Amino acid sequence: MSRTQGTNLRVILYEGAGSEALSPDERFRLLTSLLEDGFEVTRPANGGKVSPADGAPILLLGRFRELPAAEAGLHVHDLSGKDALEAAREVRARSGARRLGEWKPWFPVIDYERCTNCMQCLTFCLFDVYGVDEGQRIQVQNQSNCKTDCPACSRVCPEVAILFPKYKNGPINGDAVKQEDVRREAMKVDITALLGGDLYASLRSRQQEARKRFSTERDESRAILERKRCLKELGKELDIPDEVLMSLPSVEDIHSRAERAKAKMAARQARSQTVKDSRPAPTEKEWGI
Amino acid sequence: MSTGTPDGSGSGVRLLYCHCAYAKVVPPEVKAEVLRRLSESGAAFDAVPDLCDMSARKDPALARIAGSGATRIAACYPRAVKWLFHAAGAPLPAEGVEILNMRTQSAGEVLERLVPPPAAGDGEEARL
Repeated sequence: MSRTQGTNLRVILYEGAGSEALSPDERFRLLTSLLEDGFEVTRPANGGKVSPADGAPILLLGRFRELPAAEAGLHVHDLSGKDALEAAREVRARSGARRLGEWKPWFPVIDYERCTNCMQCLTFCLFDVYGVDEGQRIQVQNQSNCKTDCPACSRVCPEVAILFPKYKNGPINGDAVKQEDVRREAMKVDITALLGGDLYASLRSRQQEARKRFSTERDESRAILERKRCLKELGKELDIPDEVLMSLPSVEDIHSRAERAKAKMAARQARSQTVKDSRPAPTEKEWGI
Repeated sequence: MSTGTPDGSGSGVRLLYCHCAYAKVVPPEVKAEVLRRLSESGAAFDAVPDLCDMSARKDPALARIAGSGATRIAACYPRAVKWLFHAAGAPLPAEGVEILNMRTQSAGEVLERLVPPPAAGDGEEARL
């Protein structure tokens, strides 16, 4: 099963008719342990609204006076018996529901109220996280490809439109975007200027200076160390992991990646057009006439 | 006896709690206090391990939540929650959804909005 597929097992903590109420402590402990182990938990009470059933596997947990019958997709466990968490894990394994902890969900989320579809994130991302939909609109397509704890694409977004909800600081974590954030981001202008121009120019010039300085000593390794130090400082400032920073795309890479993305989209559109063309015209019945 | 399988019936606002199980960005003491008092409140609610994880998987549960009318969500930044639902193809309705931020608000502030104070005479938690 892929890291971004599968449904969670939903646990219903039942304390209604035909069952005994749990103590507040027991209920809280149970809720906490189930959630930390990746189970969705619903507590129906007082006729209040909860999410409707939708075919996902369900485990009914309670201290029952009389055990309700299990049905297809509905499992029942009495809290007086085996440990509830262990029972839930067993049902999860049997029902093929997903386990928590296989992947830290770190991926970009686009704020479409801010996004201008400039595609800088798509051209910058080293891991093919982004793609475009049928309408040529940028979208996050491969969440699990994202490099954990790397917010680099949000750093190159000129509109502060990319969020990482688990990031420590705003506005990348979803905090409101302030005017000063927009001003700061606007200074990036575009990725070519940031990476292809300023950064690389600056790195090259520092490297050349270092080479000049060290040429008398014939010590190339010190020049390389200087470059590494420069990148490290930049990485610290932008909170970008070293391995990402060390493999930043060149201007040529950025352009060819943009071209590839466009070509891929065009091919997809052509394929979808072919399918549409080969589809027979709808009958009167299908039109509902 | 009814098995209690949720059918979405009943009245009032739907409550959703996100445990943000994969990261330590929500202060643990706020999460714990909100969950404890929510579970003691006698209110019906849904609790999910991690909305980010569900969004990445486009979990159908998000559509079920988004399509279920007035909802109060205890999670993190409203902008993040809004676009997480959108990314899952389950956009939250423009009206009737209140998002409470456990990253910046105290447990007391979150609970004040999440669980309405009991009406006079509600001395004990009612049963289903």
